[in-house]
Amino acid sequence: MTAAFWGLFRRDLRLSWRQGGEIGLVLGFFVLAVLLFPFGVGPEPRLLARIGAGIIWVAALLAAVLSLDRLFAADYADGGLDLIALSPIPLEVSVLAKIAAHWVTTGLPLTVLSPVLAILVDLDPAAIPVLVFGLLIGTPALSLLGAIAAALTLGARRPGVLISLLVLPLFLPTLIFATGAVEASLVAAAVRPHLLLLGAVSLAALPLAPLATAAALRQALE
Amino acid sequence: MSAVVAWAAMGGYAVFVWPAYGIAALVLGGLSLSSWVRHRRSAAALARLDERRP
Amino acid sequence: MLTRLANPARFMRASGAVLPWLGLASAAVLAIGLVWSLVFAPPDYQQGESVRIMFIHVPAAWMALSVYLFMAVASAAALVWRHPLADIAAQAAAPVGAGFTLVCLATGSLWGRPMWGAWWVWDARLTSVLVLFFLYLGYIALVNAFDDPGRGVRAGALLAIVGVVNLPIIKFSVDWWNTLHQPASVFRLGGPTIAISMLLPLFVMAIGFLLLFMWMLLLRMRTALNERKAQALRLYGQAAQLGESRRRAAAAPAASIRGTATRAGAGG
Repeated sequence: MTAAFWGLFRRDLRLSWRQGGEIGLVLGFFVLAVLLFPFGVGPEPRLLARIGAGIIWVAALLAAVLSLDRLFAADYADGGLDLIALSPIPLEVSVLAKIAAHWVTTGLPLTVLSPVLAILVDLDPAAIPVLVFGLLIGTPALSLLGAIAAALTLGARRPGVLISLLVLPLFLPTLIFATGAVEASLVAAAVRPHLLLLGAVSLAALPLAPLATAAALRQALE
Repeated sequence: MSAVVAWAAMGGYAVFVWPAYGIAALVLGGLSLSSWVRHRRSAAALARLDERRP
Repeated sequence: MLTRLANPARFMRASGAVLPWLGLASAAVLAIGLVWSLVFAPPDYQQGESVRIMFIHVPAAWMALSVYLFMAVASAAALVWRHPLADIAAQAAAPVGAGFTLVCLATGSLWGRPMWGAWWVWDARLTSVLVLFFLYLGYIALVNAFDDPGRGVRAGALLAIVGVVNLPIIKFSVDWWNTLHQPASVFRLGGPTIAISMLLPLFVMAIGFLLLFMWMLLLRMRTALNERKAQALRLYGQAAQLGESRRRAAAAPAASIRGTATRAGAGG
């Protein structure tokens, strides 16, 4: 089963690598969204530093949403999803493999790029490690929970718009705890509770999201 | 009469209280009306189809 | 009883009998509640007459949450126990729940303006209700997004269950977020506890809203069942017609060709 997991994981990575544009699109959107904010609110450093973590996280959320409808759509269209569902390994495991690949091509690059963007929004350097760590443990939740929305909307009319609507309540806790952690580090308050809650959300999503996603995929394939 | 006017003024809060009740009436009344009308239409359509059946 | 009502025909008969009484009862209770709230309930010593908005706002909030829980339970019944009417019940309830949520938000805003001085405050309660509103909208959008209505309702059922698991997490995180960013801004209704003179009209309005919801729920479920049956009859009728015309064509092909030729000749 682990061989099948890694096989599917590598296959998804190879596909998005070959399509090239996907990772670039996500990162490009992320950078663009963050860059636009100073033009929108003014370049005053104290203001930007105050809202910088929020800007980066909201941009990360939007970029994640952008990439979600491609998670299952291609396989659904060409019948690959049927094959995955028919394979002897549990659908939940296959789903986890695809989600992992999705995170490597969205959440991980965002996390790596975030220190640069943190400088652009004048975030206090002391808070940058908290931001990066928060993104590291928080973005998996985005991929996990987003997969539920992606699976539910397979075969729907205009899935992209629908995914954004479905995903808002799911992402809210992650957003709140992650930005709370950065704010706490800015005022020298306790950072650990926020990060622990952030990690808890991601850990809880780890078994539950593939369950819900697999159930939604089975509905789509009926 | 002036007692009614005084009551309608809601101690100065009339501009908040009456729109609040109004929105509730509009939304819930509108939902009730649409539920009722659609029910009548669906029952009528079904009755027509039932007559035509051999 | 729920399993007895699983039969659509029996449900139609039972709901048809109950419906007029439910409608009458909800109208009567709401009328009593409205008069009590608007005329006889005392004004609050702090908030004056604006407290009368509470008699709409709070019952609407209770209904907003209760209807969502109802949808979640119905969805579980549909997916897990495969109760045949459960997914129809969830779909019928959703717009009504969304309506109550909208009323709660609007009245909350109108109540907040004189009390807190702002049309909208991001306090934990209002924010949670706003997210609940989006949960409703998401459900309604998802159910209506598929060409196959059966698929839509099943996807919606799954979404409702995911949503209800998410609900306490959202409430907790919004509370968390709120305590970090705002001082406690909770208002106090005329003292530490609500006076019984205000509690009673509140409960009457709550019961009125509940009866109204049940009346609308049954109406909308009956409509859905009527429409399903009509659709089935139409398909049956089309299939019967198709079968008929095929039989006629197979029985006398030459006659039909001659028939079309003379008709064409007469027309031309």
